[in-house]
Parts: sequence; C-alpha cells; structure tokens
Amino acid sequence: MQHTSFDVFPHCGMADNCDGPTHLVFGTSLGGHMPENPSDQKPRSTFRRHLLMGMAALPVAALMPRLARAAGKPTAEVNTTGLAVTDDTVTCGILHSLSGTMALSETGATEAEKLAISQINASGGVLGRQIKIVQEDGASDWPTFAEKARKLLASDHCAAVFGCWTSASRKAVLPVFEQLNGMLYYPTFYEGLEQSKNVIYTGQEATQQILAGLNWVNKEKGAKTFYLIGSDYIWPRTSNKIARKHIEGHLTGCKVVGEDYFPLGSTQFNSVINKIKLSKPDVIYADVVGGSNVAFYKQLKAAGIDLKKQTLMTISVTEDEIVGIGGENIAGAYACMKYFQSLDNPNNKAFVAAFKKMYGESAVIGDVTQAAYLGPWLWKLTVEKAGSFDVDKVAAASSGIVFDKAPEGYVRIHDANHHLWSRTRVGQAQADGQFKVVYETPDLIEPNPFPAGYQ
Amino acid sequence: MLFGYSLGDLGSIMAMQGFAGLILFSVFLLMALGLAIIFGQMGVINMAHGEFMILGAYVTYLCSQGFSTWLPSMFAASFAVGIVLAFFAAGLVGMFVEWALIRHLYKRPLDTLLATWGLSLIMQQIYRSVFGAREVGVELPGWMMGSISVSNSIDIPINGIIVMALTLMITIGIYLLIYRSNWGKRVRAVVQNRAMASAVGIDTERVDRYTFGIGCGIAGVAGSAFTMIGSTSPTAGQLYIVDTFLVVVFGGAGSLGGTIASAFTISQARSTLEFFLSGSMAQVVVLLAVVGILMLRPQGLFVLKVRR
Repeated sequence: MQHTSFDVFPHCGMADNCDGPTHLVFGTSLGGHMPENPSDQKPRSTFRRHLLMGMAALPVAALMPRLARAAGKPTAEVNTTGLAVTDDTVTCGILHSLSGTMALSETGATEAEKLAISQINASGGVLGRQIKIVQEDGASDWPTFAEKARKLLASDHCAAVFGCWTSASRKAVLPVFEQLNGMLYYPTFYEGLEQSKNVIYTGQEATQQILAGLNWVNKEKGAKTFYLIGSDYIWPRTSNKIARKHIEGHLTGCKVVGEDYFPLGSTQFNSVINKIKLSKPDVIYADVVGGSNVAFYKQLKAAGIDLKKQTLMTISVTEDEIVGIGGENIAGAYACMKYFQSLDNPNNKAFVAAFKKMYGESAVIGDVTQAAYLGPWLWKLTVEKAGSFDVDKVAAASSGIVFDKAPEGYVRIHDANHHLWSRTRVGQAQADGQFKVVYETPDLIEPNPFPAGYQ
Repeated sequence: MLFGYSLGDLGSIMAMQGFAGLILFSVFLLMALGLAIIFGQMGVINMAHGEFMILGAYVTYLCSQGFSTWLPSMFAASFAVGIVLAFFAAGLVGMFVEWALIRHLYKRPLDTLLATWGLSLIMQQIYRSVFGAREVGVELPGWMMGSISVSNSIDIPINGIIVMALTLMITIGIYLLIYRSNWGKRVRAVVQNRAMASAVGIDTERVDRYTFGIGCGIAGVAGSAFTMIGSTSPTAGQLYIVDTFLVVVFGGAGSLGGTIASAFTISQARSTLEFFLSGSMAQVVVLLAVVGILMLRPQGLFVLKVRR
C-alpha cells in the first residue's frame, strides 16, 4: 500500500518517506515537527529521483486496482482546511496525563492509542497516509490540558486528537476544540449530559453502564436494598443519582438505604464500613475512584466483609485498578462495564495478544484502555467514509460508522449523538485479577447522554 | 431505638466505631511522628514527607516481591523485614537529603518549604520512572488481611491491630530516644540554643543529620505499614500529607504530647462525624473546627504546656 502513491503524483512529497513507516517515532512530544506545507518545494535531487521512480512505477500503477489509487487522493482534495496532512503523512495528537496523579489511569489509554495507530500504519495508514503522533502531557492539570489542546490544534494542526480521561479535563478542552474546530476522541465512561459536534465519546455514558447492571443484580441476586458509596465529584454523584432514580423509580420494591461520598484520595473507610455493616444492604454499589479504591477494598476485607457472600457492584474498578487493589482483596465483587480483558471473541484475543506483545506479558487492559483503542480506528473509518480529513466532513460522516473489529465486539456510532452503541457486561472479579463475564446484554444499548427522567 | 438502630446494634456501633477511631488515631500518629520530629526539633517543614512514606511502601513492595521469588517459604516474615528495611532506606535517603540540600537552608525556613516541595516532585517522578505510573499491589501474608470475629456483628481488623502495635512501639521508642537518652539530650540542647550547644562540644551538624534521618525513617515505617490499608503509587504520598500537617500544626510544633493529643482529637472527631454525616461533610466540619481553634491559638493546642 505504501507505494501506491508513487504512480499518479510523483512530483510531490515522498522525499522523507522512501523507507516506509520506520521513520515513525512514538512519543515525539517536543512538537518539533511543524506541519509540512503541501506546496513546499522538495530538494531537486530527490524530486528527480522520485520522478524517475514514479515513471518506473507507472506500468505497475496501471495494473493496480482502482481502490488502491483512490487512497492516494491529492492532498488539496482531502485537506481543504489547512490540517497537517501531506501526501504521505497525517498528524494526530495524543493528549493524556503522563505525570501527576492521573498518569496512573491514563497510561493504559495512551498505550492503546499508540497500539491502534501503529496497527493502522502497518496496514497502510489512513487514505494512504501514515499517522504521525504528536504527544502532549496534560500533567493532571485542567488548564494545562486546555493549553496543550490549543497547541495541538493551532500550531500542530492535528487532524484528530485522542485524549483526556477525567470529565474535568474534557470540560476544559471542549471550548478549545469547538473554537478551533478540532476532533476529539474521548475514551472514558462518563456521566453523560454532554454532546458536541467536535467530540466522539468512545466510552459509555452513565445510563448505558448503570441501568443494565442494576436490572441484572435485581433479577439474579434478588437485591432489594442498595448502599451507594462514591468519591466526591461529578461522575460518581451523577452516576449515583441515575442509579437512585432507577432503583426507586423502575425496580419494584427496591430502595436506597444509604449514600456516602468521600473526598478524592481518602484512605480511611472504617466508619462507612461500619455503617454498611449495620444497614445490611443487599448490594453495595461503589463508584470510588483512584487510590481510594485500594484503601476501600482492603479495609472491607479487613473488616470481615466477604465479597463472595456480600454482593458488591462497582462501576469504577477495571483490571487496571485491581493491580493496585490486589485480586485476593476484591475477588467476588461484580463490575459493570462494556469491556473485560477476558472477553472470549477472536477480535479481543488478537487485541490482547498485540497489546501484550507491545507492552509486555504482565500488561493488563481495562475498559477505558479498550475504548481508547477504538478512537484511532473509528477515526480512520470515518475519514475513509468521508474521503477527507476535514473536521466538518469527518464530524458529519461519523454518524452510523461501524467498527466490527472492536475487541468488545461490534460498535456503532449513534446516528445523532456521537456516542457508541455498545453492550453492557457484568463481570465477577477473580483472585488472579481478571473478571469472569457472568452476564452480557443481548442487544446493543442505545447511548442516551440526556436521559429523560434521570436528571 | 436511636437513628433507627436497635439497642444491640448500638452496642456494636460503639464497639466498632471506637475501634475505627483508635485505628485512625494510630494511622494519624504514625504519619505525623516523623514530621513532628523534623518540624519540631529542626524547624524544617518537610513537604516531601509523603514521598518518604511512599519510599517505605515501595521498599516493602520490593521486599515482598523478593521473598515470593526467592524465599517463598519465609514469606510470612517478609512484612517484618520490609518494615526494618523501609526504616533504614528512608532514613539513609533522608540523611543524604539533609547533607545535600537541607543543611544549606537552615537560616531560611521558608526556602526549605520550597526546596522540599521540589524534592517531593523529583521523588515522585523517580518512582514513576522506576516503578511505572500504575499502582503496585503489595502482596501480604494472608493472615494479616483477615479479621477477628468477636461477635456476630463485631469484627476487629487484624491490620488495624498491627498498625496500633507499631504506633505504640514507635511512640515509646521516640519518647525514650528524645527524653531519656544522651542523644536526645543533645537534640534538645541544639533546639534550645544552637550556639551554646555547639560551644559545649555538641556536633550540631551531626545531630541535625541524624534527627532528619530518623524523622524520614519513621515516615518510611509509616509508609510500609500503610501498604496494608492504602495504595502504593508514585503520588500516593500526597494523599497523606494534608492530614499529617493538620495533626502536627494542630498539636503544636515541638511537642510529642501535643502531636499525640492532636492526632487523638482529630481522629476521634473525624471517625464519629463520618458515621453520622457523609465522609466529605465530616472532613469539612473537622477542618473548620481546626481552623477556628488555630485562629484562637495560633501556636497549636499544647505548646504552652511544654518547656522549650
């Protein structure tokens, strides 16, 4: 595929790419490479060499299938808005925290995005162009995220940006993406109540993640009473609000017997564990995040609450978190999300194998990591459908994009709201740190970021 | 009936909450002791205290990894060995830091604040480069994660008991060291009058170095103990630092008794309030109360009772 563009336009732009994808360097975060202007004159000698090579390739080109030639559409045609697209490369941004408290969570997402991009490049790139990565560090600081987003769009002219993790960072960059008309692929499951032309949400919004799990635990475990506990910020509070409305409004005879919030980073849960013990809920419903998770599950266990007997459902613990918590401390708990590393399908097996090959045998893959992996692929498919890198055309073409090679199975971008249709699954944590899938919704669940009756 | 609980329940509440409060007290005291020594005896505000704790936690992690790889039969001893190693590792790093950084800044207390804060960032990034940004799970001997069931509704966590025992041992050790040993006498002499102490032949630089080292070493022990209850990640030290400073400042710098009393007050207030309010509100109320009291007594609760 790499050589398909030799044929028709030998006069432009192969100068720095004769040796194929090997010049791609991951993590070039210095922002040193400015976008190449397509009209730049190449040095005469390489120009001549390529002219000759191009002429030599002409007979071959004539035999090539039509599709292959379409991949080499002229840059002026696929890029009318000044993005960093040359005849053989397109620049994309990765914007995650590499330092600070969120680096813990965002590492997996960064790794998955790089894996997807390297796979896309190996299979011929996007519209015949190899993806170059500019990586920036959001440093777990929301104004820094906004500043780096501005840099990626205004000075690197990235065609798409894969990034952000917390809602706070997404809220910080959203105005930048809307103002400079960029494209953001956001991987985290989040609270919903947002929709933008410039963002594709590849994680689940709250109702997708929560409702099916509550229905399951109500039906399968006969759960009637719920104790909600979360970290004190927008995502757990909104999620618990949705959970409470569902429990009290849609599940017959069910009620919430307690609701508690702890500041981010809390490490002391003994008092609330006593409260839980006394109110004897059928289900502990937990959306505690970050390092607090470790403290919460260790102290639950130490207080003699056996998760094999006491049902606990969490929407915030993925395989990533279990590494810190320790499988033996959380074994038996149920997690409700769209992806588990243990999913048994060919797509996922290939994905897990590729991920481990790149990042080592001990690497684990959580829900957000998988959702981050979808971003570059969805973008590639959308660009190819639109036949253009232009953000407006990509945004418009996003509706209905189907990616059937997704590790989670089949996903489709919603026709109207830029979220994904996806299944929701319930997994039971095992002592080895993996989840055993015990339930999966039969159908894809429609994303509904503005759920009526749940606000 | 009170708050919807039966009388039997209330009994269990009292027992378990009392114990939860005691555990929190031990945790706070263990965190604060190292800082209190450094702050109280040397006047240095060590912003990297949390990172020294995490150093201890990582040493414990390495120790448990080492034991499970090479000495699986001795795994039960890994934690005890980890604590001792954590003390010496954090202590030695502390002494090095004192030699390289702190001793040049004794006359500029506010600059030590900035320098140790910078140090904390450096240490965090080193942990991130060496151990990765993700949390590591410290494997502990199984019996340490269980609980003792006293009655149907009362369970006493074993790790809580271990933290309490450790805190008790270290507090007594510090007391003996500072108030009953020759070395402690020198430390107190340096605190009271550096020039005079130097004049009578006390090597003040060495006293400073060892004091800082011991403070950091105790932080390492605390971090090691907290692998039982909390997370071990490059930035986890930040989770403890606010509470630590709260305890030390509230208790009054330079007073071991003040630190103990302050840790007790804050932990009991927090633990009780958390039961009746939500976790966030409990912290707000406690912080407000501490701020209010510090406005009335800027020196902290107990400083006046200690001879300086």
